[in-house]
Amino acid sequence: MPEIRVTPLGAGQDVGRSCILVSIAGKNVMLDCGMHMGFNDDRRFPDFSYITRSGRLTDFLDCVIISHFHLDHCGALPYFSEMVGYDGPIYMTHPTQAICPILLEDYRKIAVDKKGEANFFTSQMIKDCMKKVVAVHLHQTVQVDDELEIKAYYAGHVLGAAMFQIKVGSESVVYTGDYNMTPDRHLGAAWIDRCRPNLLITESTYATTIRDSKRCRERDFLKKVHEAVERGGKVLIPVFALGRAQELCILLETFWERMNLKAPIYFSTGLTEKANHYYKLFITWTNQKIRKTFVQRNMFEFKHIKAFDRAFADNPGPMVVFATPGMLHAGQSLQIFRKWAGNEKNMGTVGHKILSGQRKLEMEGRQVLEVKMQVEYMSFSAHADAKGIMQLVGQVEPEGVLLVHGEAKKMEFLKQKIEQELRVSCYMPANGETVTLPTSPSIPVGISLGLLKREMAQGLLPDAKKPRLLHGTLIMKDSNFRLVSSEQALKELGLAEHQLRFTCRVHLHDPRKEQETALRVYSHLKRWAPRSFWLGLGRSGARGGSHCASRQRPQGPLRAAPSRWVRDCGVHPHPGCCPLRGPRHQGAAGVLDLPG
Amino acid sequence: MAAHLKKRVYEEFTKVVQQQQEEIATKKLRLTKPSKSAALHIDLCKATSPADALQYLLQFARKPVEAESVEGVVRILLEHYYKENDPSVRLKIASLLGLLSKTAGFSPDCIMDDAINILQNEKSHQVLAQLLDTLLAIGTKLPENQAIQMRLVDVACKHLTDTSHGVRNKCLQLLGNLGSLEKSVTKDGEGLAVRDVQKIIGDYFSDQDPRVRTAAIKAMLQLHERGLKLHQTIYNQACKLLSDDYEQVRSAAVQLIWVVSQLYPESIVPIPSSNEEIRLVDDAFGKICHMVSDGSWVVRVQAAKLLGSMEQVSSHFLEQTLDKKLMSDLRRKRTAHERAKELYSSGEFSTGRKWGDDAPKEEIDTGAVNLIESGACGAFVHGLEDEMYEVRIAAVEALCMLAQSSPSFAEKCLDFLVDMFNDEIEEVRLQSIHTMRKISNNITLREDQLDTVLAVLEDSSRDIREALHELLCCTNVSTKEGIHLALVELLKNLTKYPTDRDSIWKCLKFLGSRHPTLVLPLVPELLSTHPFFDTAEPDMDDPAYIAVLVLIFNAAKTCPTMPALFSDHTFRHYAYLRDSLSHLVPALRLPGRKLVSSAVSPSIMPHEDPSHQFLQQSLERVYSLQHLDPQGTQELLELTIRDLQRLGELQSELAGVADFSATYLRCQLLLIKALQEKLWNVAAPLYLKQSDLASAAAKQIMEETYKMEFMYSGVENKQVVIIHHMRLQAKALQLIVTARTTRGVDPLFGMCEKFLQEVDFFQRCFIADLPHLQDSFVDKLLDLMPRLMTSKPVEVVKILQTMLRQSTFLHLPLPEQIHKASATIIEPAGESDNPLRFTSGLVVALDVDATLEHVQDPQSTVKVQVLYPDGQAQMIHPKPADFRNPGPGRHRLITQVYLSHTAWTEPCQVEVRLLLAYNSSSRIPKSPWIEGGEVSPQVETSIEGTIPFSKSVKVYIMPKPARR
Repeated sequence: MPEIRVTPLGAGQDVGRSCILVSIAGKNVMLDCGMHMGFNDDRRFPDFSYITRSGRLTDFLDCVIISHFHLDHCGALPYFSEMVGYDGPIYMTHPTQAICPILLEDYRKIAVDKKGEANFFTSQMIKDCMKKVVAVHLHQTVQVDDELEIKAYYAGHVLGAAMFQIKVGSESVVYTGDYNMTPDRHLGAAWIDRCRPNLLITESTYATTIRDSKRCRERDFLKKVHEAVERGGKVLIPVFALGRAQELCILLETFWERMNLKAPIYFSTGLTEKANHYYKLFITWTNQKIRKTFVQRNMFEFKHIKAFDRAFADNPGPMVVFATPGMLHAGQSLQIFRKWAGNEKNMGTVGHKILSGQRKLEMEGRQVLEVKMQVEYMSFSAHADAKGIMQLVGQVEPEGVLLVHGEAKKMEFLKQKIEQELRVSCYMPANGETVTLPTSPSIPVGISLGLLKREMAQGLLPDAKKPRLLHGTLIMKDSNFRLVSSEQALKELGLAEHQLRFTCRVHLHDPRKEQETALRVYSHLKRWAPRSFWLGLGRSGARGGSHCASRQRPQGPLRAAPSRWVRDCGVHPHPGCCPLRGPRHQGAAGVLDLPG
Repeated sequence: MAAHLKKRVYEEFTKVVQQQQEEIATKKLRLTKPSKSAALHIDLCKATSPADALQYLLQFARKPVEAESVEGVVRILLEHYYKENDPSVRLKIASLLGLLSKTAGFSPDCIMDDAINILQNEKSHQVLAQLLDTLLAIGTKLPENQAIQMRLVDVACKHLTDTSHGVRNKCLQLLGNLGSLEKSVTKDGEGLAVRDVQKIIGDYFSDQDPRVRTAAIKAMLQLHERGLKLHQTIYNQACKLLSDDYEQVRSAAVQLIWVVSQLYPESIVPIPSSNEEIRLVDDAFGKICHMVSDGSWVVRVQAAKLLGSMEQVSSHFLEQTLDKKLMSDLRRKRTAHERAKELYSSGEFSTGRKWGDDAPKEEIDTGAVNLIESGACGAFVHGLEDEMYEVRIAAVEALCMLAQSSPSFAEKCLDFLVDMFNDEIEEVRLQSIHTMRKISNNITLREDQLDTVLAVLEDSSRDIREALHELLCCTNVSTKEGIHLALVELLKNLTKYPTDRDSIWKCLKFLGSRHPTLVLPLVPELLSTHPFFDTAEPDMDDPAYIAVLVLIFNAAKTCPTMPALFSDHTFRHYAYLRDSLSHLVPALRLPGRKLVSSAVSPSIMPHEDPSHQFLQQSLERVYSLQHLDPQGTQELLELTIRDLQRLGELQSELAGVADFSATYLRCQLLLIKALQEKLWNVAAPLYLKQSDLASAAAKQIMEETYKMEFMYSGVENKQVVIIHHMRLQAKALQLIVTARTTRGVDPLFGMCEKFLQEVDFFQRCFIADLPHLQDSFVDKLLDLMPRLMTSKPVEVVKILQTMLRQSTFLHLPLPEQIHKASATIIEPAGESDNPLRFTSGLVVALDVDATLEHVQDPQSTVKVQVLYPDGQAQMIHPKPADFRNPGPGRHRLITQVYLSHTAWTEPCQVEVRLLLAYNSSSRIPKSPWIEGGEVSPQVETSIEGTIPFSKSVKVYIMPKPARR
């Protein structure tokens, strides 16, 4: 029984460290290779020893696909390819290929230079790793090998984020990576065609959220920032990830421009500056507005936004600063936060503790920081919400859905919804847990044109969606299947036609004339025969070894019981056509029959 | 002798011309006609290969065929068709048959039999499809012939089973265009069968080819368009097609569902998977709403557009479209509306706006929550935040239409519209502002909404700001704080963009007159009056102060208690403003003022308006003077012109009329002045110098007449005659002056000839109006025409001179509505001292932004002229897309002008101005006999030219030599 097996090594009922193994029709594909932000030990990378304890990974994996450049989707890549050892192809989109090494290098610097970790991947490893990357375009079908093909679709989320369809023969899996169904200021909405895969692996970060319209969010944000700046306060905006920062920058930049505001906006880190460069280049990956106007002005060439210098934080007057990291646990955002927290004019959107209402914070060195500044929480996350996920599932029409990249409890809820409303089976494996999905691959059978036309000519009305039965002989030679007319089959096999005749004698005691009786019998049979009589005959024919009655679709029996060489799968499409002519059947002599 | 010789040459020449013309015309007619079919026949016989034949056919297809020869051509084509083996040639012939049968005046029923005949023997699918197309053309040409239609429908039905999608497509098209619902009886194999076109087409909704499915739906829509009532049963079939894999099918299906929902809005349909029922229009609405989140943007646009026109939908369905979170399947649990709302506010779904509120809680009743069957839920929320601005615009438009029909919905959608003011695409912002204006009768803005609306006033786009001013003109504000806020923001806008002055004043005028009671408590604050102290008198020329006064005075109109709060200088200012800005400041009933005038004012009818009366009187006065001494006439004219100009400045609604009349009087004045010149009495050699005046006058009159003719909208034929008459007089003047000043008669021949031609042309064009021109110059001229034709130029001049002096002053009837075209260049402002630097030889783009008033068809008439300091002039034709139409009679030109020049040493100014291009032939009414093949000899009289109609703006530029 063919099947698809999916094992998350990371991101199973969890956010972070996305890494999912998929086996489909004998091919093994690894989807994403991320790290976990929350850990600093071995747990930060997926456990690649699960794939193979001995031997090289290259022998087990046919390819690796990276959906986008966030570290929780690509952070473990150099470790995986250079330190564990993998030489196969790594697929990602062009923007991902360009920006990914910047982020990896930054990550490496923090880990090695700041935290002093040994045994970490080096810059050279990142470079070597990137050499193994094969870049793909949107909607480009890439043939990994003879059978395995992948295709990328636009996913929104960040620049270059893609959903991937992995296809072997007629079996396919779609992996969404992270995606966003509502367009924002610089990216479009995710889009995929109705490819009806066997399985859809989707993220479920916002499994229980239905977000307000983005317009409210934007308006809220702009209004709050504007008010704070007008008061003369400073605004600290800690941003999580590359991508969201750009979104907010564009939002503020256009607002500043429209409203002619003068307060400076600063952008904290050097890394984003480099990434910004690529944002200017990959215009085709942005939304309609930016794509259409970049000739006049590239939206990523900011007029009001400048690079931040540490000294600026003490400048008087209003300002807006974007700083990383988002949760204020370290780095620049924390430093700025400390400076500004004491003034109630200032505003920031920060930290877990502060968000949960705490107003006094204990910092390192035992000092207590009193937070007087206003704190606001605003979600600009570019993930699909519950409705978006449902919308995508509806658009793709998969046979099954598998949830990853989300919290278990929220997934549970969404799973229930999906099963209830879309009537699609849904899975949510934990890390290391394997989901097995039986598939029923269809086997293509060639049919001779002559036969097809002859059979077409018999039908009158087109009802394309209904299965039709047709007479023919299936020939299996080597590994290909052909459906030909029985005459041709006989010819090819060099056999002579063999006629079997079944007769039975029925005594009728009828006082009427012969002619009349025959007519009555005919009309009687015509009324009754269609089902019982002909099925009976069919069965007797089968017993006789020449005929097999089948009311299923042609591929039904073929799939269930691959017979050895020739098999007549025909039935009269119109059982009532000639009942009095007697059960004369044409059948190839020497046909093997299998019961069933 | 010489003169005599000349004359002979001249005469002969004219004769020759006439003969030639006649001959050519007749020959042409005879040559073209009979050749068609014969030539084609010969060509086709000559053709050796199919490619040749195809070439001949292609050539043939380029020329039109007359109705009489169509039949012959068709025969030849058919004949060739039977012989032809190559399908591509047959295809071309089939398409030609279709084209020919469309020829006006040809009845194609004779081809039909043949076409059907060849259809039966045709094997190629493409040719079959083309033949069916031909049949369609024939069928549509004969809409009243039932028998033929029936037959064609039969043919179409027969070919519906064809394997090629193209053939099936065409058959369906044929059925859609010709099929009728009346059941026709046809003979089938066994007996009588009833053929129902809808059923047949409906069967093809499930065809295997998406193109055929689309064609089937389109055919169905075609049936509907032709006025046949579709069955309700189609609805279910169409609903199934909504989940089709192909976008064109879905798009067409959405349309079909909409059509059915409009036909049977009140019928009841069951909801699948429950035993409840709802109205069909609600169900369809839900389904179309669902398509707003379709995968294809074409379908989304289609769906969003159609939503707007579904007015019968129930209000609770309508309101769902704005609530994304309300996901319960309301169709099944209608009464549970409130319960469902609570369910959501209780936090099963988080909105993502508060930290941690999406932490999972106990589920209350998950069965009631339905994410996908949500139908109408949030359709507009999705539509308004769609990626493609086409969808957003469609959604805004739909919102507008629905809100216009439902006040409660208007109230609800307000927040969403206000949010759209922040869209990233200007067009969408503009559209939503316009939408808001349209529904403003139904809504009252809350303060926070007003705040968001007013924030847009800072927008740098003038379009947006002006649209917003218009919106504010007709919005209802609920509180006095709102009014104050609006005023403050508008004043801020005024200081930031002083060019918006007029628009802002107008806006405040309406704001004041709509909310008198809200303005009342604000008055002391606004006028900064103090109960005890006198405050400083504000500057009367300050636009901001005027803005405040406009608001107050307009509010005071319906609020009699308000003037009591005014201080003395306010009254003075009122008097001043009432005079200078009478269109903005209404007449007030002020205590202790002249009550008499205000008592009269309400009863004033528009045509009894004193200023209008004044205009009429002054014109009457001028026209009545016939026999005044020249001096007096001149003075009166000058006086009247001055009056009229002043009147035009004061009363903007009369500006057009006043200006128009003033221009006409000026022409007359010029003419009189020119005729008063002494030169007429002096011997020729002496007045060379003085004649400058007369010829300049003639030239100026010509210019003025062109202005009169083309710069005013609303000019009728009556005026055109007078204008042309004036021009004719100017030409006569010119002729006389030339005759007097030039020595010798040689150039006079041509001029005379031309002048006489023009007189002739004038007569022909305005023959109907000639009776009105009694006693005028032209009237007399025409009387003497035979004599003029034969006399020598010198005599002609003499006659003209006397006639010109004797002719009377024609009365210019005033049209109902007349407006002068005007243009103001907003940008470039021409104040910059920084030259625009660019490399010589390359181009620099200059943004030009101008408003045009009362320009008809600006796309073709308005040009931009650039004058370089070296006298080089360049004319630029703006693209049609550069013109916007913000209101009736108003246009806005936003374009880019490309400048280029060779290098200069110093920065210099170029002038940019707008021109109005005209073409005199467009105005002249065509008399019937000019039409037809004959080439009009008066080609030269259709004069093209341009009139500058804006002030020129100077732009400082500096082309630098390219650095090597």
